[in-house]
Amino acid sequence: MSDDPVQTNDEPSLFTQVVRNDAFKVAVLLAGIWLLFYALSAFLEYPTYGVVATIRRVTFLSAVYAIAVLALNIQWGYTGLFNIGVAGFMAVGAYTTVILSADPGGVPPGFGLPLPIGVLGGILAAVVIGLVAALPALRLDADYLAIVTVAFSEIIRLTLNSPVLIDITGGASGFDNLPTSPVQSILLTDPGSIISEPTALGSFVFGLGEPLDLTRIVMINIVYTLGVLVVLLLVYLVLERAGKSPFGRVLKAIREDEVAAQSLGKNTQSFKVRAFALGCGLMGLAGILWYAMGPRASVVPANFRPELTFYIFIALILGGAGSNTGSIIGGAVFASLLYEAPPLLSDVAVKLLADYNVALPSAPDNVVVTLSTGDPLAVVAFLLANIDTLRFMFMGALLVLLVQYKPDGILGDRTETAAAVPLSDDSRPTNANAGGETDE
Amino acid sequence: MGIENKGQSTVERGVAFARSGPGGALVAAFAAFLVVDLILKLLGLGASFSLATVPVVRELPVLGGLSGGIGGAIPVGQFSSYVWNGLVIGLVIGLASIGLSLTYSILNFANFAHGDYLTTGAFSGWAVAYVIAGFGSLDLVNLVLLRTPPGDVGANLWLSPLAVVLGLVVSILATLVFALAIDRVVYRPIRDADGISLLIASVGVAFALRYLISLVFGNSRRIVTSTESLPSVNVVAAIPDLVPDAIINVIPSVLVPSNAGSLIVNAHEVTLIVVAVLLMLGLHYLLQRTKLGKAMRAMADNRDLARVTGIPTERVINTTWIIGAGLTGAAGFLLVLSQGGLGFTTGWRLLLLIFAAVIMGGIGSIYGAIAGGLVIGLASRVSLVWLQGDWSAFARPTAFLLMILILLFRPSGIFSGVKTT
Repeated sequence: MSDDPVQTNDEPSLFTQVVRNDAFKVAVLLAGIWLLFYALSAFLEYPTYGVVATIRRVTFLSAVYAIAVLALNIQWGYTGLFNIGVAGFMAVGAYTTVILSADPGGVPPGFGLPLPIGVLGGILAAVVIGLVAALPALRLDADYLAIVTVAFSEIIRLTLNSPVLIDITGGASGFDNLPTSPVQSILLTDPGSIISEPTALGSFVFGLGEPLDLTRIVMINIVYTLGVLVVLLLVYLVLERAGKSPFGRVLKAIREDEVAAQSLGKNTQSFKVRAFALGCGLMGLAGILWYAMGPRASVVPANFRPELTFYIFIALILGGAGSNTGSIIGGAVFASLLYEAPPLLSDVAVKLLADYNVALPSAPDNVVVTLSTGDPLAVVAFLLANIDTLRFMFMGALLVLLVQYKPDGILGDRTETAAAVPLSDDSRPTNANAGGETDE
Repeated sequence: MGIENKGQSTVERGVAFARSGPGGALVAAFAAFLVVDLILKLLGLGASFSLATVPVVRELPVLGGLSGGIGGAIPVGQFSSYVWNGLVIGLVIGLASIGLSLTYSILNFANFAHGDYLTTGAFSGWAVAYVIAGFGSLDLVNLVLLRTPPGDVGANLWLSPLAVVLGLVVSILATLVFALAIDRVVYRPIRDADGISLLIASVGVAFALRYLISLVFGNSRRIVTSTESLPSVNVVAAIPDLVPDAIINVIPSVLVPSNAGSLIVNAHEVTLIVVAVLLMLGLHYLLQRTKLGKAMRAMADNRDLARVTGIPTERVINTTWIIGAGLTGAAGFLLVLSQGGLGFTTGWRLLLLIFAAVIMGGIGSIYGAIAGGLVIGLASRVSLVWLQGDWSAFARPTAFLLMILILLFRPSGIFSGVKTT
């Protein structure tokens, strides 16, 4: 993958070719991820539905991460607005949607509006809350903005979590009364009951799953995941178009040098506010698709901790801030390889060792005992048993290494058709010289 | 120290701030309302304003207050407990925020791993304290991993003073060793990177360090200190002897009736205050008596210029980490000493409050950071006067909101007029 940026750098002007290349890269990556998880889960002898469900889960997570990362990319990658309150805006989107669309008779009660209106309302609420945060805060320096946004997201989460609002938000245990899944409304005659008569489309879809013995729930989740992929594609196309429009070029100009953009007569404040609002709306959308409905539906304050923001940030940095394709790749790589793969790999390692007749001792329950046994196998057993924790340590180390060695990420190609003149740091001096020469 | 003589200038600034614009006037008016409301509450004068609705006002303090009622009644003992707890937590935050403020100004980045340095200090210090307190009679592994019940170890100042003192020393040393090692591996190679890159790297450090602690000590939250036979005093009962220094500044003495509620102060809290103040005074003398303070200011202003004038910048950076991380480790140890609870996210949860203190005090100002820590600590506890019952969950959001307001209206901090060191 390391030679990818070189390719794109060589031919930044050939618009269509870049798009084709990018689509190809994403397709190859997705295929690779599917193959990997197929291999892992097949090796672990998962039943068919387990293999399908694993691949489906990884695809779903990759897609929702990608949407959230794309949203952040508009703010940070394009405009240089360092927003680390992503989780808060996702929470606003998810909570607003479920409150608008939930059954009025349930607990906590909703407004019973149709789901599309709820989704729209959720996105709008995220935009409005984003504007509330942005209008005063965007005057601040990048690191101050960072602190304001993370504090803002914590205020949102703690407010949703508070017992005072328990009748509206469900408090710490979350909003239980979730609206009916849109997929079930399409596939079933009675959306509330999974065993009800399927609609015409439903019987077709469920029929597809029958040869593999896939249950209705698995098929419903697959359809939902495909829907999220379609939304991801739409978001990508919109942002790609916006990024190459005059609007997007001003955003990139602000990122590179706000004063220069101002002296060229651009009202940078207005552009920043609009970019921030757009990003927040998309974060709301990501929150809705991720938590308000679908296979992971659970609207609980604990979902929206600052950690979520940092996961999305790691994904963005991994893919390369400033590149939409990079955002998708970063989201997919983070969700699959960094987040979902380690537990599976741990199981695979255990099974491999067993296959080679290496008897792994039962894992000691703490590090001191592990080290005092002096048995390398005990250490391995301990590490495998604590793979969840190790995974986070690895993420931290990876983030540091990325900043040190590859600050632009896998696809951090920040010159991406920003303007006729490349704007990245390393190309600026040569252009300045060139400009100077022609002027003289 | 700077805190007392800031009282007046803060009021003056507040007045100037209120004149600065509609937003400022609104904030100032709200603050004035709260002060009046608090005084009325302490005097028990709320009844005269809203005779029939006193219970309602009590139940919905903010709404009740805003909808016309003002005042109410709050026992002085309860109020002074809030102030005392605010002071205790404020000193912890102040101690920790010195380090964050120093690294923020000298290394030019917001260190998001700072909270986890505090956790490092707490775990390392208490692990050693446990081993010393329980050595010989209890299982060593459980001691090191802080799994032994605190009552069995006798983990408090009264039962094992030596263990607590050595634990404090180790918490300082271990944290500064960690900080120096992390600086060497992570930050030194990218010393000249921009603030955001360093911030992102610090998020990586935070993740790695936090989950390393979780890997070693487990991810359950535990109670570490025991209060068994720990001396404690009900201060309100003995008001004339003990209270004045800490509280008289906040409440005029005429308002202190001796029959209202209780304020219980234990030896751990007193120790925390004494140690924190001593560490702060020590730092004050260190920076006043040596050229270090001047070198630090020079570096905060312009690192390149400092280097060409012959200031050994790397050495100053190391000293910055030593001071900052050492104090943060001590803060972590003392926090656990007074509050008892410890988990691998303890420091992370405190981080935003520490940031709030740093920003309030003005980045780079040590005395500002201390004062900011006290303000944040007091605000997060005294706000409970209005945020009662279910509303108490809003104490943290209130502190965050305070920080956001300060960032918006006075990004250089409320004490920015006061110079560092």
